[in-house]
Amino acid sequence: MTFLKKLVEVREFMIVMIILVLGVILSISSPVFLTTQNLLSVLLGLSVEAIIAAGMTVLMVAGGFDLSIGSVVAFVGAVTAMALRAGASVPLAILLGIVVGAAVGLLNGFIIAKLKINPFITTLGTMQAVRGLVLIVTGGRNISGLPESFTILGQGKLFGVQSLIIVMLLVIIIGDIFLRKSRALRQTYYIGSSEKAAILSGINVNKVKIWIYVLSGVLAALAGILMTARLGSASVTAGTGMEFRVITAVIIGGASLQGGEGSVFGAFLGCLLMALITNGMNLVGIDVYWQNFVVGATLLVAVIIDQYTMKRKERASLKTKPGPATSTSGTTTSSTPS
Amino acid sequence: MGETILQVKGITKTFPGVKALDQVSFDLKTGEVHALLGENGAGKSTLMQVLGGIYQPDAGELILQGKSVRFKHAYDATTRGISVVFQELSLVPNLSIAENIFANRQPTNRFNLIKKEKMYEEARKLLQLFDEDIHPGTLVKFLSPATQQVIEILKAISYNPKVLILDEPTSSLTTVEVEKLFANIRKLQQQGIAVIYISHHLNEIFEIANRVTVLRDGKYVGTEPIESLTEDKIIQMMVGRELTNMYGDRPSDAEIGEEIFTVQGLTRKGACYDISFSLKRGEILGIAGLVGAGRTELGRTIFGAEPADSGAIYLKGQKISIRSPKQAIQQGIGYLTENRKEQGLFLERTMKDNAIAPNLKRFTSRGLDFINEKMVDQTTERYREHFRVITPSIKQKVGRLSGGNQQKVLLSMWVGIEPKVLIVDEPTRGVDVGAKSEIYQHLRQLAKQGVGLIVISSDLPEVMGISDRILVMREGKMVAEFQKEQFTQERIIAAASGVLIS
Repeated sequence: MTFLKKLVEVREFMIVMIILVLGVILSISSPVFLTTQNLLSVLLGLSVEAIIAAGMTVLMVAGGFDLSIGSVVAFVGAVTAMALRAGASVPLAILLGIVVGAAVGLLNGFIIAKLKINPFITTLGTMQAVRGLVLIVTGGRNISGLPESFTILGQGKLFGVQSLIIVMLLVIIIGDIFLRKSRALRQTYYIGSSEKAAILSGINVNKVKIWIYVLSGVLAALAGILMTARLGSASVTAGTGMEFRVITAVIIGGASLQGGEGSVFGAFLGCLLMALITNGMNLVGIDVYWQNFVVGATLLVAVIIDQYTMKRKERASLKTKPGPATSTSGTTTSSTPS
Repeated sequence: MGETILQVKGITKTFPGVKALDQVSFDLKTGEVHALLGENGAGKSTLMQVLGGIYQPDAGELILQGKSVRFKHAYDATTRGISVVFQELSLVPNLSIAENIFANRQPTNRFNLIKKEKMYEEARKLLQLFDEDIHPGTLVKFLSPATQQVIEILKAISYNPKVLILDEPTSSLTTVEVEKLFANIRKLQQQGIAVIYISHHLNEIFEIANRVTVLRDGKYVGTEPIESLTEDKIIQMMVGRELTNMYGDRPSDAEIGEEIFTVQGLTRKGACYDISFSLKRGEILGIAGLVGAGRTELGRTIFGAEPADSGAIYLKGQKISIRSPKQAIQQGIGYLTENRKEQGLFLERTMKDNAIAPNLKRFTSRGLDFINEKMVDQTTERYREHFRVITPSIKQKVGRLSGGNQQKVLLSMWVGIEPKVLIVDEPTRGVDVGAKSEIYQHLRQLAKQGVGLIVISSDLPEVMGISDRILVMREGKMVAEFQKEQFTQERIIAAASGVLIS
């Protein structure tokens, strides 16, 4: 198989192509699009969701997902801001926020892994409960007036690039490498493919599940802290609807709800594609009301194309000759019964 | 046997790259049980799907009662008198027996509402055919696999078929239930229904079939009356060559060594009780028993998949604690499940992903937790060669391999942990004859290398052919032990079913 042929079969390649085509169209139709400032603002806009998408990808590869991340973003933002207002040092406030995010993840993981409750129901519950906690602890008011030593974390720049973007890129790169190569995270592919077989293969399924929900909670906390720092205040409505946008991006990036598939880089590309669509519509002057429609349609088109190419791949594999048939014991069969 | 009811004439069916059926012809007579045999991939399933209207043939014709017929879809075949009972159960677990049988054609009143009483009455009549005394309103999910199989057959019969096709109908049945099924098949036979019977179990064929048709690589090999056949003859027709002593013999230089593994008083409530035995280096210990005797449960308990309530396990004289499969693997104990598709393999993942699954740690680079792909590739290629796994590439999804090749991948997974003790549960279920004998050779070789093997099997000739010693289980307890020279089918069956023989 030639290198090019292999490349075409990779899901990420397809999204890169779509992004390039979209980029060419936008750079022709808008002089602003290809400016550094515009591209950085696109990246900044997707940063919070991309950080969370890294954790969501790991969960979806293992056959789970997490609806509570949007609420965790708001709750961690509120807790961190309140701690700062109460005079806590910046590192202490951040640590507190991370611990809160990890705790929600631990709770999700425990209920899903040990009590065997479906991830949808579990995280639907924690999503609403945590959103409730946000209102309880803040009394429904946004918290502003945060010290500059904290807001600098979200507003500062390094080599002219916003710190949030740098953190996001680090999370994506490290996440991608670990999910591809590390033994710890590779186990998620086994769990997502067949939980029963994973157990019999000696994988500690419960432990892995709990840890990846903690990971998702921690990444949501990180995103919540950075978002609060950037805005200079904690908003009680922060992260509303974020869970579905993140899941959409991860699926566009090649994951499936059945588990066993997906990559962090793909999820990043999914976020990028969605952000570019929004950006492009703004630049071209299309009514903002169309955005949800287009993102939803993109998801459907991506999944349908994927389904179709999968079928094509399966048919193609039928044509490949089996290896040296030295025995009569078996031939490769396919999904087509023979 | 009566007159010819169905003629299959020169049926050809091609899928991209594969000629699944090549000019297959045979005829079917009323009131006969006609066995259709062949290895996996020989074309049995495709032929059945052509007869059942699911596939349309590329060439050839079907003549049903003297008339040439073409089925557009499955329902077309059913209404014209050909009913198929597929191997995979197609029942809806959350609906009742009656609703399953009459799916899509429930009797209704003029408001199009289902007339439940009428439907139950019809279902009850069908159930009586098989002497099943169950309420037709029972949800299917509460039935045993065997009863579900019966419901599946009743569903097929409810269309009043002239031809009934059964695909591996006994795969989930116990011996007693198989007898019951056979009695029912004979009843159908007396009513003049022609039955096409597909099975891997040759002993069943000799018990129930009148004639046998063999396919090989999509081609018709021949049709013979059962009286003129022997087991060896059938195997020869299926594989196209002679297979002598499929199970092989213990190599003369392979010795049984000292005791390496001892189980003492192992109990898990509801599964197995007070099990004690020991295993020697290089020994193949068979565990026989009826379905439901607790053999698989024993294997899973030793392996820690369901931890024991009490009892002790010793490896090389040392007491070890196994509370999870992970701990068992660390101690060098492997377990090949009987259910490779659901519990053994990762069907959506590649052969190389599967091969390293129980062994991820060994494939990480030193000091780091990263998987060393090169090492994985080399090892998997070696497995592919050693076990003769037929696949275009080690990157092929395991779900696309044939049953025999899947079983070889499963075996390679567990050989990879370099086990001291390997528990093999139904090593050749759903595996064709050729691959079977290869798997036995591999088991023999493992034993020669000093692995202690525990072979759990429902296939009596298999467990007798491969084992050095056999333990028999009944109702969760160990009830008998036989040395090689004591092996007879009668003794083992008697012990397994609790019948005393003199």
